[in-house]
Amino acid sequence: MRTLITPLATLRDRGRAMSVPQKLATAAAGAAAAALGATALEVRRRVADSDASPGSGIDLVRSVVARMTTPLLPDDYLHMINPLWSARELRGKVVEVRPETHDAATLVITPGWGFQASYQPGQYVGIGVSLDGKWHWRSYSISSAPDRAARGRGTITITVKAMPEGFMSEHLVRGLAPGTIVRLALPQGDFVLPDPPPAKLLFWTGGSGITPVMSMLRTLHRRGTMPDVVHIHAAPNRGQAIFRDERVALAGTHPTLRLVENFDDEHGILDVSKLEAACPDWRDRQTWVCGPAPMLEAAERHWESAGLGQALHLERFSAALTASAEGGHVVFAKSGREADLDGATTILEAGEAAGITMPFGCRMGICHTCVIPLKKGMVKDLRNGAEYQENQGVQTCVTAAAGDCVLEI
Amino acid sequence: MAISDVASFAHLSAADVEALGGEFDAIRRDIEAVRGEKDAAYIRRMIYIQRRLVVAARITLFASMFPPAWVAGTAMLAAGKILENMEIGHNVMHGQFDWMNDPEIHSGTWEWDTTCPAEQWKHSHNFLHHTFTNVIGKDNDVGYGILRVTSDQKWHPVNLGQPVYNALLALLFEWGVALHDLDIEAIRKGNKDPKEMKRQLKSIGRKVRRQVGKDYVIFPLLAGPAFATTLSANFTANIARNLWSYLIIFCGHFPDGAEKFDEEQLEHETKAEWYLRQLLGSANFEGSRLLHVMAGSLGYQIEHHLFPDLPCNRYPEMSVRVKALCEKYNLPYTTGPLHRQYGQVLRTLMKLSLPNKPAAPAPQRPARVGRPSPEELRQHRGPIPPQAAVA
Repeated sequence: MRTLITPLATLRDRGRAMSVPQKLATAAAGAAAAALGATALEVRRRVADSDASPGSGIDLVRSVVARMTTPLLPDDYLHMINPLWSARELRGKVVEVRPETHDAATLVITPGWGFQASYQPGQYVGIGVSLDGKWHWRSYSISSAPDRAARGRGTITITVKAMPEGFMSEHLVRGLAPGTIVRLALPQGDFVLPDPPPAKLLFWTGGSGITPVMSMLRTLHRRGTMPDVVHIHAAPNRGQAIFRDERVALAGTHPTLRLVENFDDEHGILDVSKLEAACPDWRDRQTWVCGPAPMLEAAERHWESAGLGQALHLERFSAALTASAEGGHVVFAKSGREADLDGATTILEAGEAAGITMPFGCRMGICHTCVIPLKKGMVKDLRNGAEYQENQGVQTCVTAAAGDCVLEI
Repeated sequence: MAISDVASFAHLSAADVEALGGEFDAIRRDIEAVRGEKDAAYIRRMIYIQRRLVVAARITLFASMFPPAWVAGTAMLAAGKILENMEIGHNVMHGQFDWMNDPEIHSGTWEWDTTCPAEQWKHSHNFLHHTFTNVIGKDNDVGYGILRVTSDQKWHPVNLGQPVYNALLALLFEWGVALHDLDIEAIRKGNKDPKEMKRQLKSIGRKVRRQVGKDYVIFPLLAGPAFATTLSANFTANIARNLWSYLIIFCGHFPDGAEKFDEEQLEHETKAEWYLRQLLGSANFEGSRLLHVMAGSLGYQIEHHLFPDLPCNRYPEMSVRVKALCEKYNLPYTTGPLHRQYGQVLRTLMKLSLPNKPAAPAPQRPARVGRPSPEELRQHRGPIPPQAAVA
């Protein structure tokens, strides 16, 4: 349940992920290998220009066809026939929007070419949705269990809770029609269930933090390898407990799965002091915790004070969008330089002052030569006050830091 | 010449110029506020049409030994290439659609269907030409290093061949564009860094191999018995695209009324004066919606130069406001039918292949007695007349 990873970073990760030998020799491999280590903005050119010798049969075909479609890729034509036939930008089709509670819904998505079906339970996926002409990216934990038998033809599900003032989550829960094409980033994250699982586990989840753990529970159920599991789940009330029926049913099927539910309205807030009572042998268990930040912090303190930090796996919800600020601490990630900026110094000036060779052109915001990917944080356009969030290229010559940010240079 | 020397601007005070700059800024803000799905849909539709045209053309050309198929295939391929280069590639590479946050339609990733590498185009065009528009010595688009397009450029006997160079450039326009960022002027003067030149040439070579391979090797070979006719069709389509883009682009800054400037103009130039230079240095042409689309919206060259990174499908509505501002501030808005605009370009090129006519006696400034008043000095935005300096 992270929010806001960058598609730019994701593309690179896709390259990395694909460099690991894997059975999935899809059409994406060529593109992804070429993308290895490149920024997203370079990906396409690298792919188009790549004279590297192709690795497999399908890559050979792809590279021959790319000679005909140059400077485009075959994918650029194929996705006009079927939107899922492109590995250049991973796409998915929303086939069902299933309400879970009054403010949460599960999206069932059929991924297109190049998507990695062999994700690990607990990983998250980037999803891009076009709203009023603009692509917005968020990340959500996958709630489905990986289905090896489906050989990439299956679906994945993510489960989204509409957050107050979260326009994207609101749109995903209530505004997305089945049939909508979304963009996807490859699954990633290390909050995962090892295979085979440890003998004794504790899952502690709060609210929509259930989603990665649901993927783990479903995986254990599907594989028939349910070990000794205690699952403590906290929700505001019964009605808002996501997947409640399924979890109760699973606990009925598997005697080794014990479900402890805490409804804040009935039982008060669940804190670590109640943990001892709910699961006295918590010290003996590998533990996965996912939920709101205060809960994660409490768990971290509790396990570390017991000297058991190694046994604890956390999935952090990142804070909601950074509130806009004047200036901030700017990190230039690749060059390892940093600077504290006021709200009037442009990123370009700051980078140059820090001794970085920044790309620049007109220095007045018209030529787009100076565009650099913004990895984290927010910048503000000094001309009109428009704010740009992470995961897009920003014109450094007319933008200033609006809070702490990280730039990919 | 500097803006302050341009007669049509002489009536504007510094305050007027700044106010006008504010009005142009307001147009930009208004468009930025409304751009959205409509604009995204426009460029996606253009891309969709263009790709279908190209696919249809390539398939049709498999039958190109039949003359009607040759004609239809060539026409579709030429149209597809023109659309891609002009309305899609040029505008996308300007960053007009970067706000969509779509890596597939982004100035950082777009590569166009021509021999010029996108990266070099963005340097010579987006940066040099659009920033230093029409400044002789800074903007290499003033004559492209081979043509004399203003009497302010010194005549040389080599200019006598101008009609021939012009015709060749029109036919080989794609190749001229490919070599443009090498900066012929810098090479001639020996200022070019050999390492940078090698890097650029390599990048051009790579692109050329792929472009030539596609049009003159792979598709003709695939066509088998239609090898020769496919080859000739692809060649014709490329030439047609060259001629068309040459025609449109030459009507942007070379018709009568589009002023050139000297480097002095750039000193202490404000944003508002930059706007004025764009307005004064560019020329529109009139025509149907189809003509404008095929021209890559460059019939709205003035709007394009004022707001090069705003979506091109908004130029028609912007032009209404820009024209109104020109009337309000009593400024010229250069436009005319395409054939007339090009006629003026051709006439200028022919005339300037010859040395300048001996200058007619310059209009005498009214004789002045004593120093200009402070008020006069404030209003006068050009060089101080010599009398004032000596007095």
